[in-house]
Amino acid sequence: MFAEYSMTELTSIFAMQGFAGLLLFSVFVLMALGLAIIFGQMGVINMAHGEFMILGAYVTYLTSLFFSNYLPSLFSGYFFVAMILAFIATFTLGAFVEWAMIRHLYKRPLDTLLATWGLSLILQQTYRTVFGAREVGVTLPDWLMGSYAITDLIEIPINGIFVMILTLFITLCVYLLMQKSKLGKQTRAVVQNRAMAGAVGINTEKVDRYTFGIGCGIAGVAGSAFTMIGSTGPTSGQLYIVDTFLVVVFGGASNLLGTVAAAFTISQAQSTMEFFLSGSSAKVLTLLAVVIILMLRPQGLFTLKIRR
Amino acid sequence: MKISNTPRPPSKLRRRFVKGLVMLPAAMLLSNVTLATPSTADVNTTGLAVTDTTVKVGILHSITGTMAISETGSVQAEKLAIEQINAMGGILGRQIEYTQEDGASDWPTFAEKSKKLLVKDKVAAVFGCWTSASRKAVLPIFEQYNGMLYYPTFYEGLEQSPNVIYTGQEATQQIIAGIDWVVKNKGAKKFFLLGSDYIWPRTSNKIARKHIEKLGLKVVGEEYYPLGHTQFNSVINKIKLKKPDVIYAIVVGGSNVAFYKQLKAAGIDMTKEKPLVLTISVTEDEILGIGGENIVGAYAAMKYFQSLTNDNNEAFVKAFKKRWGDDIVIGDVTQAAYLGPWLWKAAVEKAGSFDIDKIRKASPGIELTTAPEGYVRIHPNHHLWSKTRIGHARSDGQYDIVFETDELIEPDPFPKGYQ
Repeated sequence: MFAEYSMTELTSIFAMQGFAGLLLFSVFVLMALGLAIIFGQMGVINMAHGEFMILGAYVTYLTSLFFSNYLPSLFSGYFFVAMILAFIATFTLGAFVEWAMIRHLYKRPLDTLLATWGLSLILQQTYRTVFGAREVGVTLPDWLMGSYAITDLIEIPINGIFVMILTLFITLCVYLLMQKSKLGKQTRAVVQNRAMAGAVGINTEKVDRYTFGIGCGIAGVAGSAFTMIGSTGPTSGQLYIVDTFLVVVFGGASNLLGTVAAAFTISQAQSTMEFFLSGSSAKVLTLLAVVIILMLRPQGLFTLKIRR
Repeated sequence: MKISNTPRPPSKLRRRFVKGLVMLPAAMLLSNVTLATPSTADVNTTGLAVTDTTVKVGILHSITGTMAISETGSVQAEKLAIEQINAMGGILGRQIEYTQEDGASDWPTFAEKSKKLLVKDKVAAVFGCWTSASRKAVLPIFEQYNGMLYYPTFYEGLEQSPNVIYTGQEATQQIIAGIDWVVKNKGAKKFFLLGSDYIWPRTSNKIARKHIEKLGLKVVGEEYYPLGHTQFNSVINKIKLKKPDVIYAIVVGGSNVAFYKQLKAAGIDMTKEKPLVLTISVTEDEILGIGGENIVGAYAAMKYFQSLTNDNNEAFVKAFKKRWGDDIVIGDVTQAAYLGPWLWKAAVEKAGSFDIDKIRKASPGIELTTAPEGYVRIHPNHHLWSKTRIGHARSDGQYDIVFETDELIEPDPFPKGYQ
């Protein structure tokens, strides 16, 4: 396969392929982190995760429209504002959904699956009514477009670097939040033993609401970032949901480190295979491998040992 | 009475009877039926939903679900055409009424709704379907209950039903002219074929590959990605390694957006045409989602672009914008959907009847000189003779037309040597 190419060509392609793998890794982490918090920490199967992402994308779209119409001079910086607004919007909606719906269903995990699936349909139809059935195009500021050429052959997409840095930042925030902050400690206490956590004076309902909200908020930021690389339409969220669950379940639902490790494994496997095989067969082989590993290790890659 | 062995020649008696019926209105000057309007019993012998003043048709598209993005334009075009025909006095003196059903992007729903339209509503024609999957789902029902479907989408061919008129292009019409053009004008020698993984891109690429190889040129790669795939960086790297002259892309839906955004981000500047991007799946509709700045410089091979300059099209675009809003764009399929009601009108008027069998007989050879794409004619195989054009994507989301075939291209749904 490679006989006809020179050594420099091959080196640069492999360098770029390595970058493509890392980019895919970042995308997976970004979309799975929010779900890992909700599914892993709270045990809620949130089928509407993709729709929360798309809400973030639509907020980005609206922000870009606002800036190009009213503040064109600041357009190059709108993306940061958009991400913050996306977080606020999805956090608010998430906390509201938790209050209105999820908290009544904590003892019935299968019903939350159905309820959040219904929620995802409601959100899709709402987007369709408000923004129209067609996809919307989100205009990026110039500095986020194009690529940075290192050599003639190695060209690194700038929005790819942006997604990577963002992922690193969000992961760090989540890590600090869950491990160091008061809320994180309370969340973990509630996960490990809800009754006892309540007994020592933790307001478990409030913790639940914030945790769910933060999970959704991260989904919103992810959705905002994905306007750079993907589509924004009423049903675009569906494109991400399968991969998201795959990563979270494969990683072992209750462990954030597992999510990161699973994202790394799946993304590297997939991007390497996509390069050597065709796209569809790469997907099939990835899924097959995940199924086999989950058969051997149903709890996922990493588990948290807790008393139930 | 002599019994003939030939398969049912039109009986003289019946013909005389029909002629008598045609004369009937003339004899009924005192009644409220006007002279120009033939009687209902005469134009509708099979119990379709036709009254003295109205005729009912069906519109069957997805207005919810994932395909709603694409099918909205077709619904708008069909409604516009029906309204315009009504404003001109309708068909055989009857105003068209439509019943709209939602296929909901779900193929069994399409089948169910088409049955409802044909059996319960007794519609005289149906304008609808978009994906091949939805068409395949309704096809047995149209054939069983003898309905007539006007199908607007460009598609893979390999089908010819007596109950369908295909107003979009079949694959060879769209593909061969496009490849010939890049070979002749851009000196393309190496092609990379890329598509979403389902029947239309696969069949189209098969035809493209055969044609490229017939010309003695080379296909350096052929790849398919699942519908809804959002990560194209690996294949973009592969493309960079193989250095094709042309990326022949048939990616659809949300994947389309991801593909062009990532292509641009990876440093492939389509305006430099190294490699050049030729697509048959991106109309002006799709560019709305992709963003003009992400696809500027790509070429598309289709039969219609909104920027086409002729009197028909200018009137059409003006009417469309007046009806549906100024910021709307019109893609290839939308225009093909617009042709449906007009072709049906021409067939009904030629046949002098709403009967499906008579329309089928009358359809081949029907011409439309008022089509926005120019002139079209129905081929006996129920597809349209049409020209193919090459558009060059601008950053504002429209195409500049850089080439148009001299002649109408014959539709060939079962191309020999391409299967």
